[in-house]
Amino acid sequence: MSTLTRSRLGRLSLSTSFLTAALVLVFLVLSASQPASALPAFARKYGLRCSACHESWPMLNFFGQKFKDNGYQLMNDRDAPIWQNPGYWPVTFRITPIWHRVSAGKVEVDTYADGNPTGSTIQRVTSSGFDLSGLDFHTAGTLEKNISFYLLPSSDSTGAFHFEQVFVRLDNIFHSPWFNIKLGRFELDNLLSEKRILTLTGNGGIYQTYHFIPVGDGNIFGQIGDNQLGLEYMGHSVNDRTRVSAALVSSSDGNVNLSTGANSYTGYFTGSQAFDTGKLGVQRIGFYAMVGEAATYYLTQGGVPLGGSGVANKGFSREGFVGQFYFGPHVDLTVVTQHGSDNPWFGQGYGNAILSDGNGGTTATCSSPLPGCPFNNVPGTALPVGAQSPTWNGYTFEGHYVYSPQLIFIGRYEVEKMSQQANGAACTACTGGLGGGQSASNLGNISSYTIGFRYNPFMTSRAGLAWHNEYNWLHQDGTGPVIGLPYANINTSEVLLGLDFDF
Amino acid sequence: MRTRLQRWSLLLGATAVLALPMSLWAQLTQYDLNTRLGAESHIGNTTGHAKDAALPYRRFCVGCHGPLGDGNGENAPYMQPPMFQQPRDFQLGVFKCRSTPTGTLPTDQDLYDSITRGFDRSNMPQWNTLSKQERADLVAWVKHFSPRWANEKPGTPIVIPPEPEVTADRIKAGRDVFARVQCWKCHGVQGMANGPSASTLTDDLGRPIAAFNFTDGSRPKCGDTDQDVYRIFMTGLDGTPMPSFADNIKPEEAWDLVFYLRTFMQQKSKEKVLAKQLGLKPVDPNAPAPTQ
Repeated sequence: MSTLTRSRLGRLSLSTSFLTAALVLVFLVLSASQPASALPAFARKYGLRCSACHESWPMLNFFGQKFKDNGYQLMNDRDAPIWQNPGYWPVTFRITPIWHRVSAGKVEVDTYADGNPTGSTIQRVTSSGFDLSGLDFHTAGTLEKNISFYLLPSSDSTGAFHFEQVFVRLDNIFHSPWFNIKLGRFELDNLLSEKRILTLTGNGGIYQTYHFIPVGDGNIFGQIGDNQLGLEYMGHSVNDRTRVSAALVSSSDGNVNLSTGANSYTGYFTGSQAFDTGKLGVQRIGFYAMVGEAATYYLTQGGVPLGGSGVANKGFSREGFVGQFYFGPHVDLTVVTQHGSDNPWFGQGYGNAILSDGNGGTTATCSSPLPGCPFNNVPGTALPVGAQSPTWNGYTFEGHYVYSPQLIFIGRYEVEKMSQQANGAACTACTGGLGGGQSASNLGNISSYTIGFRYNPFMTSRAGLAWHNEYNWLHQDGTGPVIGLPYANINTSEVLLGLDFDF
Repeated sequence: MRTRLQRWSLLLGATAVLALPMSLWAQLTQYDLNTRLGAESHIGNTTGHAKDAALPYRRFCVGCHGPLGDGNGENAPYMQPPMFQQPRDFQLGVFKCRSTPTGTLPTDQDLYDSITRGFDRSNMPQWNTLSKQERADLVAWVKHFSPRWANEKPGTPIVIPPEPEVTADRIKAGRDVFARVQCWKCHGVQGMANGPSASTLTDDLGRPIAAFNFTDGSRPKCGDTDQDVYRIFMTGLDGTPMPSFADNIKPEEAWDLVFYLRTFMQQKSKEKVLAKQLGLKPVDPNAPAPTQ
């Protein structure tokens, strides 16, 4: 054996032993790490691990839900801030450095020949790279016993901030858990909370059922996944097995400055009951209903709609059932159904003249005020012949396998299916229109699949870190660009890896 | 001549070799515990199994009580008297809240009630959101930490006679009991936990401990029904300076004392109304103790 070969083998052997030793060390460090922690500010306040309140942070378990329902109180005499160390400051920040690969199908792109544009074609566009999520600054807790608050300035990944959540809550009025009042901008009382979703991709990081809007529909105000501005009553039994809530919110989709309707409100109602089913665990079933109205006609000045002037309110509704089913300590399944319906005027694109032109753009992009841009139900406007209420049904199935408080596997399937298209003459121009004022029955239908896992290498009551891995695939019927096709379906996928941390 | 790679390899290898026995050493005590994983609890018709409680204990309890149940969880160092109380050391097998005589083990139901109720004025919350099965499993898990459960049976719960009608005479009699057994020495003559001995109290491990303040609106640790209050002073809070008065107070006198203690509490009660009508004065610590 030549000296050269021996030298190479020696290096190989050294490299192998180095790698082996490093792997052993990593294994030992990981295996010796303490079992695992979402608002670490609460964990630090009460000395509880994140896992006490979170199935996997940020998703709550029943104990965490009760803690939240009590106004972020454990209902002992340590709840008031006077009991805290004066140096305690209830702040948590959360951000996620990620790598992701996004693949968008059927994107219309320009074509060129000899340096000159020759038209356009449809192709898949794929990009990947390192990225950042937005940044959340959570501050929450109690101002005094039974007076709680939440302030969440939140930025997108460029650092542009807004107030995602701000409220003050009066808890246990009359010393009863059945009387709690919240005022501000808050998440609607959804048992499957989107703000506590375990997934992070663009399409998988939201619940499609909570945001579904039919193609061409102008009603953005029925998105139960968006935080809303309003007043909420909430009540629950002492052990939180029974929960009810009713909220009155502005039909503004949570946008501030009275930017939409002059006098339009939405009601949101929920109720649920949990049952102890022995070894299977605690099961919960419930319902929700959103009934509201929103403006379709905005006063204009020089053809430009005036914020806060919206009138000609039209109705909409979203209602469904929720079930949280546990199959022992490791497996659970949450099901959310939804039946949605919008007034025919919304189906024709009216309803959002301030924020959108009704064609997927914003009013700022409208080159001419009328007709059709923005969609504004000005006096004398008539519904197109054949226009009807768009209605649809949605289902979300989300299952978890909780291997341990530190490791959770997530699977989700969502489907949104139109049951009645808005149709109407205006829709002959819509993508997927069949002509004659009719749309394809499946126009806008969505199927979304998400799988992933989150691993917390450590879990303490001081901070949280999750190694996040996720894949999402979304299919939508008929919303792709049309070039020589009656209509095009879109498939979009994303894979995401990241280190999700909060402190 | 060793290369840099060799040196790093040796260093990492040595660290790995050193870390391995450390992790094995930590498992020795765990081995002892593993032999007791057959522990069970019986709550009504529900049987709890220690082996099924590893996950919920790790999820909900380990931060304070520690992986070995010795009360040395990661948060224990931050729970210092007088603001907080240290987490319970389950290995000792000594529990405050019992329906059984002092010195004996509590029943499974006692432990179950403690988990469900939580402890006011402590970091132990109410775990009533857990399923009955989970709580029963956790009771069995708590039992598996102490060898006492293998060698002793729980005590027999004390008998609590039916609660009599509250009367002014009974409240006055209760005040006499309060004076006679010198509750005021720790709890103060007005129940404000400012008696002459209050500042000197320590638990069995020598840690400072506060007497219960009846007047600040907090709930007694072991429950706030009349039966709970009765049980507290008739069984004592083991591990604390609060003794059992079962040998000093007759059952009917015990109810009198419960009624008198209610007059201190913030919560509205018939006892408070009657005490106000009577113009009841606090006991005089310098007066001769009433005879039995």
